[in-house]
Parts: sequence; structure tokens; C-alpha cells
Amino acid sequence: MWVEWALWFAGGALGLSMLLCALRLVRGPEPADRVLALDTLYVNAAALAVVLDMVHGGQLLFEAALLIALLGFVSTVALSRYISRGDVIE
Amino acid sequence: MGNEPNLLWQALIVAMLVVGGGFALVGAIGMVRFPDFFMRLHAPTKATTLGVGGVLLASLLLKWTQGSFGMHELLITLFVFVTAPVSASLLAKAALHRRAPSKAPVPPDQPER
Repeated sequence: MWVEWALWFAGGALGLSMLLCALRLVRGPEPADRVLALDTLYVNAAALAVVLDMVHGGQLLFEAALLIALLGFVSTVALSRYISRGDVIE
Repeated sequence: MGNEPNLLWQALIVAMLVVGGGFALVGAIGMVRFPDFFMRLHAPTKATTLGVGGVLLASLLLKWTQGSFGMHELLITLFVFVTAPVSASLLAKAALHRRAPSKAPVPPDQPER
């Protein structure tokens, strides 16, 4: 009972923070701001996948969370290299 | 949700979930409300990492009370904790390279430039 309430609270907080990240992604003046917003967005998305998996009691979404974290890190590295060097692979 | 864990474990799981969600929300609010990029970099890279760590620890405890050991949670936690400082450092380098405007005051004993 309490655990389910806390699961809904955590899911709501993570969803709200994803919305705030989307706001910064749309608004951010620097390109680095947008990349930072994407970074936070994918970390929150991975946490939200974990929370949804705890709600449903399955095992499937953990792989999704792991994939989101992995691909998000790679994309953040590539985008910040692109901002600082103007090229991803030299 | 299967068999219910006893009250102490439930309290621990609830505390971890509330702390995790709260820290993630605090990090996102800081990222929206701080005035310049370097302050905005500071907020989510600390708070959101802690928030994700709290949520994953809650999931680990829940799996543990249901009699299995969550290897995936441990993997995600380790991965996020290792990669968050790396991406923050790369973003700071990128912003320094593009000379992003900073609102931090100049230290007093340095000559004005």
C-alpha cells in the first residue's frame, strides 16, 4: 500500500522533472544548455522505466533502462564533442 | 505485487523512492531556474544522479525482499555513477570553448580584464 503510493509519487516527480527538462531543451540559449537538458532527460527516463518496472513487477523494462542509459551517454559525448570541436570523429 | 515485505523493508523502500523522486525533481528545478550555464550544469549532475541512485536502490531492495537479486539495477547504478561526471566534464569543456556567458563574480585580488 505505502510502497504503491511511493511508487506513484516517484513516477510523478520523475515525469514532472522530465517536463522541466523539456522546457529547458526548448528554451536554453546555449547549445550546451540543450545538450545538458537532453542528458538529464535521458537519465530521468531511465529512472522512470525502473519505476514502471517496479509497478508492473516484470523484468523487461530493465533492459530498456540500461539501453537508454547507454545510448544517452554515447549521444551526450558525441554532441558535446561536436559542440567543442565541430566534428565528432577526427 | 506478490507477497508483501514486512514493515521495516517497506519503510526503507518508501524512503528511498521519496528521496529519489525528490532529488530528481530538485535537480530539474535547478536546471530550469539557475541564471547561467555553469550553475545549471551544477544542479542536475549532482541531484539527478542521487535521485536515480535512490530509485535504483529502492528497486534493489524490493527485488531483494521478493527473494531475487537484481543484477540489472546494480549495473545501471554503476553505469550512471561512472558516466555522469564524464558527460558533465565534457559539457563544461564545450561551454568553455564556446565562451558561454558566466554570471559568477570575478575574484577580488585578480586584475580586471
